[in-house]
Amino acid sequence: MRENLHRFFRAARGAGVRVSPAESIDAMRAVAAIGFEDRGILRDTLLLTLAKTQDEKKALGACFDLFFARPQPSQAANENEAAENAEQAVSEQSPSGQSEQGAGAPSSAEDMSALGPLAQMLLSQDRNQIAAAIANAASSVNLSDIRFFTQRGLFSSRILDELGIRRLRDDLDDMLASNPALAERLAMATERLRDDVRDTVSQALLLYGREEAENLRAEILRNAPMARLELRQVEQMRALIRKIARRLRERYSKPRKRPRRGHLDVRRTIRRNAAWGGVPFLTAWKRKHRDKPRIVALCDVSGSVAQVSDFFLLLIHSLHEVVDDVRSFAFSGHLIEVSDLLEANTPEKAMGEIMSKVGFGSSDYGSSLADFEKLAMSAVTPQTTVIVLGDARSNNLDPRADILKRIGERSKRLVWLNPEGRTAWGFGDSEMPRYATFCSVVRQCATARQLERAVSDIVASYQ
Amino acid sequence: MTEHRPAASIEAVESGLAAQGYIASRQIATAVYLADQIEKPILVEGPAGVGKTELAKAIAAWRGLKMIRLQCYEGLDEAKALYEWKYAKQLLYTQILKDKLGEVLGGAATLHAALDQLHDFGDVFFSKEFVEPRPLLQALEQPAGCVLLIDEIDKSDAEFESLLLEMLSDFQVTIPELGTVAAVTAPIVILTSNSERDLGDALKRRCLHLHIGFPEQKLEERIVESRVPGISQTLRKQLVGFINEVRTLDLKKLPSVSETIDWARVLVLLQASELGHEMVKDTLNVLLKYESDIEATLPQVSTFVAKATRQNVFG
Repeated sequence: MRENLHRFFRAARGAGVRVSPAESIDAMRAVAAIGFEDRGILRDTLLLTLAKTQDEKKALGACFDLFFARPQPSQAANENEAAENAEQAVSEQSPSGQSEQGAGAPSSAEDMSALGPLAQMLLSQDRNQIAAAIANAASSVNLSDIRFFTQRGLFSSRILDELGIRRLRDDLDDMLASNPALAERLAMATERLRDDVRDTVSQALLLYGREEAENLRAEILRNAPMARLELRQVEQMRALIRKIARRLRERYSKPRKRPRRGHLDVRRTIRRNAAWGGVPFLTAWKRKHRDKPRIVALCDVSGSVAQVSDFFLLLIHSLHEVVDDVRSFAFSGHLIEVSDLLEANTPEKAMGEIMSKVGFGSSDYGSSLADFEKLAMSAVTPQTTVIVLGDARSNNLDPRADILKRIGERSKRLVWLNPEGRTAWGFGDSEMPRYATFCSVVRQCATARQLERAVSDIVASYQ
Repeated sequence: MTEHRPAASIEAVESGLAAQGYIASRQIATAVYLADQIEKPILVEGPAGVGKTELAKAIAAWRGLKMIRLQCYEGLDEAKALYEWKYAKQLLYTQILKDKLGEVLGGAATLHAALDQLHDFGDVFFSKEFVEPRPLLQALEQPAGCVLLIDEIDKSDAEFESLLLEMLSDFQVTIPELGTVAAVTAPIVILTSNSERDLGDALKRRCLHLHIGFPEQKLEERIVESRVPGISQTLRKQLVGFINEVRTLDLKKLPSVSETIDWARVLVLLQASELGHEMVKDTLNVLLKYESDIEATLPQVSTFVAKATRQNVFG
């Protein structure tokens, strides 16, 4: 059973639950105290010791159900017995049948001894024994190493080899000549064996391969251009963005240890030691005040940039713990503030509303920047990072780079994220080179990976 | 009731807690049993008012142990949680002993000799006498063991979390001047959190993680039964059914078990035997804590009451 638990830990890791060695030791101790009698309690115990968040509990619960979903051996045995009894009853009831078989029976017994162990096992129809044999073979070919669905065939054939399928095939060939009836039975049993092995492998893939498959898909998605996603991928991308947000939150929400050494804070020291007549038992040091990031985001929501803006806004607004204060603006022909919309609604609904208000127009960077200056220039302070997300294609209208210059001067940093590749900047109606001179950083932002890098850098600059 | 050995079985835990008026689900009972068996702290998470703090109180009452409570808040540090030196007492003692100092050092001819004599006295001023134990140290010093409740750990700073790690894994704390203080008897440690911020992995790794959500209808009925004895069975069923309906709404603050109990008490006080529209509308402010929530629920009251009473007919 210890072996089983170890395999379960592996499966749990596959399901995305982080199980550290220390936790697995705890789980072992807990299970030792609880025993294996009650499956419900065992499930609770593992959930208590291994899963440390609500999501993990859900994942681990599903994993547990899958892992222990194999048919209960005792039940199967009962069925077997029942079947055998029935067979016996039938043969007893029909003595004539028995006499017919009588000629074949002794010879089949002789055959049995000449057969390989697998054939004997299959003919004896002991399902428990077969299940145990499959499980043994599976562990000896390291079935728990399975990662991708393409490996299914490989593992199936390895398990069958391990079981001794070759000998079985020879036996079957021999028998076909000597005892066709028995051969047919054996062939059928072999088919069933193949099915069982296939099921075992599929289940193992579900258990152990999930993480890898997910990673692979996430990796592909991460590097796919966000502007051109299929509809079904949009949902996955949202999930990915949420994951990125969680990672960034974890990384930046804990304040790093403040420097303890430095200048003595005389005022606080005296106040703190007033109780002891001013004898300084306790010292107080001056601390550096660390701001949380303040972000003003301007997002182009016209045409092809809209999708990227969507993900960007989703990411920025999922960073509550890290980012103190976000004000977001959306523009294409003109500019409006959308912070409240995004706070109050689900991202899907908010984006729909934003689109109906300003989306789908041809973009006019000049008048949008002018709108911003009128509306919210006061929101830009020396602690603010201003992020502009757009392709800087202004349809040959006045780019008003002078406003961007003023924004750059007022803010801590001015970051421009452009979904287009560097090679396209400055061609056609792109005003990127003109804008770029006033920006602290200009970077391409077409994929989720680039988006994460960009936002991570912005937040890190406040640490 | 004051038995000191670990509980014999999960059922024993369940019945023991029930005797204290705490109806535990099987998961909760399992967690308490395991915490006893493998001596691990329990980290309890869940929405406000589902009985996280109450669990610690119930365990303490059941085991007949003292409960020591440490309420966490922003800025809590080791001087308030672990120990502090009694500075004033130290100061006072030096003043009083000033005269004695002359006698002690009387025989010394040189400065070195005087210093050596002083060294013989050791660190009298940094001894146990002068340590003011705060909750965490108190918990370790209880000879019979105790229940240590670290309440709302998510409100404290990340630094404080790290401070707890030694305490949680080995039941000991290190005081630089005194050395390591280990627990006389390992306390039962319960940490509660409202998930206001994500706790560190290191902390989580050292604990059993128990999530208490809203209870199932049957369980909640039993809880109401044990907490509000005077309530009729019909009303109990309808009330719990109604609250379960309210929980399906999208509200700012969903009513939790404590609100259920309060509401049940109010209804008993008003001598209600059945749920009525008017009465529900009048007492909704016991159940819901935001004006906007009440407004969102009011139009639904009739349907919910109807549903709850109908359930009763069949259930």
